[in-house]
Amino acid sequence: MDKFTTLTGIAAPLPMQNVDTDKVIPARFLKTIKRTGLGVHLFDAMRYNNDGSENPEFVLNQEPFRKAEILIAHENFGCGSSREHAPWALLDFGIRCIIAPDFADIFFNNSFKNGILPVRLPRAVCDQLIEDSKLGGNARVTVDLERQVVVRPNGDEIPFEIDPFRKNLMLNGLDDIGQTLQHGTAIDGYEAGKKQSQPWLPTIAA
Amino acid sequence: MSGSAPRTLFDKIWDSHVVERLPDGTCILYIDRHLVHEVTSPQAFEGLRLAGRKLRRPDLTIAVADHNIPTKGPRTANEIQEEDSRIQVQTLEANVKAFGVPYIPILDVRQGIVHIIGPELGLSLPGTTIVCGDSHTSTHGALGALAFGIGTSEVEHVMATQTLLQSPAKNLRIDVSGTLGLGCSAKDIVLAIIGKITTAGGTGHVIEFTGDTIRALDMAGRMTVSNMSIEAGAKAGLIAPDQTTFDYIKGREYAPKGEDFERAVAYWKTLPTDAGARFDTEVFLSSADIAPMVTWGTTPGQVIPVTGVVPNPMDEPDEGKRAQLQRMLDYMALKPGQRMTDVPVDVIFIGSCTNGRIEDIRAAAQVAKGRKVADGVQALVVPGSGQVKKQAEDEGLDRILLEAGFEWRDPCCSMCLGMNPDKLTPGQRSASTSNRNFEGRQGIGGRTHLVSPAMAAAAAVTGKFTDVRQLG
Ligand code: SF4
Repeated sequence: MDKFTTLTGIAAPLPMQNVDTDKVIPARFLKTIKRTGLGVHLFDAMRYNNDGSENPEFVLNQEPFRKAEILIAHENFGCGSSREHAPWALLDFGIRCIIAPDFADIFFNNSFKNGILPVRLPRAVCDQLIEDSKLGGNARVTVDLERQVVVRPNGDEIPFEIDPFRKNLMLNGLDDIGQTLQHGTAIDGYEAGKKQSQPWLPTIAA
Repeated sequence: MSGSAPRTLFDKIWDSHVVERLPDGTCILYIDRHLVHEVTSPQAFEGLRLAGRKLRRPDLTIAVADHNIPTKGPRTANEIQEEDSRIQVQTLEANVKAFGVPYIPILDVRQGIVHIIGPELGLSLPGTTIVCGDSHTSTHGALGALAFGIGTSEVEHVMATQTLLQSPAKNLRIDVSGTLGLGCSAKDIVLAIIGKITTAGGTGHVIEFTGDTIRALDMAGRMTVSNMSIEAGAKAGLIAPDQTTFDYIKGREYAPKGEDFERAVAYWKTLPTDAGARFDTEVFLSSADIAPMVTWGTTPGQVIPVTGVVPNPMDEPDEGKRAQLQRMLDYMALKPGQRMTDVPVDVIFIGSCTNGRIEDIRAAAQVAKGRKVADGVQALVVPGSGQVKKQAEDEGLDRILLEAGFEWRDPCCSMCLGMNPDKLTPGQRSASTSNRNFEGRQGIGGRTHLVSPAMAAAAAVTGKFTDVRQLG
């Protein structure tokens, strides 16, 4: 996973609530065995017309937002399925940070695992950032994870919260499997205890 | 544990699975059962391969292919027509072999939707932690397990370590009391709940469903309720284990047997929430307020009694919300004030992990018996597993449904989502017993209305949404 320290980029407005993961990436594109290459299908139904041409109304088809690295949305972003294809598609498109009032839990988790930073900020702040995005190419927003601030194009700094464990993994680009494996002895101990206390838990032969 | 402070069911399961609490409060949580399917696992296996890792506990893991499997005609991996689907299933079969993961072959009678077969095989047990790369893992919470969906990176994490890194969730109690009205089912209860608390009402919480209405449900009904907890945004949806749960589990293939079963039950009886335990939030519903429900919008929270009318976006004061409601109505091709019972349907889908159990098929067959599917309506019945299919056939339900003009298919996810040949075409309207009515969920441009199995069958025989209570 790539480190996330500071990101300065174009922020695209997506002022919608309940952007579900079927909207982020429809089910028919989940039939892949890879993590990459999903960016072209990001927001497929909103981004393309029925004949496959681009819908010029959709924000990511407009300049400068084609190169957006930050997305600003409304409540309950990423609700619905557990598909990690949603953050994969966002990442493949180039989005590294999503700012919204709140996120669905699984999507929130999945984002961190892929080096995408989900930032929770109040609705009024999101609306202000959406307003800022009307500055077009000048609407460059900075997300500084170390200092936990979002910097508006006018230089105003808005602080955000993040739990220290996730912050550390993101800043250092750490693989959390590797982290957990360092606790192998504790896991061994837990399993031994469980075998004693709940010997009836079923196992399955391959 | 000292056992002094009263704890909730969730707290007890959580506490008993913490391997280690890290300095910042994050926990390494032990996972008792990992269910794997073809859509969310290929990249996880690939990750293991690249890192030279293996599965820590293949014996706590079980894999099955469900999302891509056709429900009629040849259905083994190599026979799947669509290339992407075929590759995904073939990849699963190659991976389970390479990594030594127990796998239920497609033609095995035990094959089916992962959330149907976990409980059916006795693999989903009270007090355990169960995960799957699939949001509807919440289903297994009906047995008093802490069961939740995870992303593919977490699938890989469980494969490699049999644990997850987690922070505790908040406790939300949803209490439903009173006798459920005629024609109402578990599906109507859970739709009413989501209508009340909204699709984000459970975010950050684990729900415990309580109350005499919930207690009176059979296991199938409880699974329907827990299944849709995720549609309320919750991490999981638990129901305390009781005699109904123990009777359901007893004798199932992998369930503990004999003395082991007795020991297990003794433990399971310690799990229910202690008197006086604190919930962060409590919500109360009365069964008297629950009618046969139908969704009208494109989230499961937009739900009304079938006797209701399509709401008017102009009644919404918030401009942004108003625009969204209007967008939903446009997508669904509905008009404010339109009576739901005047809305015609094209396709009926009875199945999915929400309503693909034998009890659901019985409910549909009861309505279908002696009636005919309306002209121009296609009605699919898709059992959730091979065992459900077999039992339905043993009970003659397939004949009742076929005589009424329903199609009787082979088990799988089918028209719950557009990943296999069963799809809506653009503009088609469905009455569906599945769990999501998002835009395009059942096929591009498809219009989905979520209902119970009895309501779906009623719509099938009348050709429009119909109050099942009126059919007699
Ligand atoms: S039936 Fe639907 S919700 Fe359930 S696992 Fe299959 S696709 Fe997911």
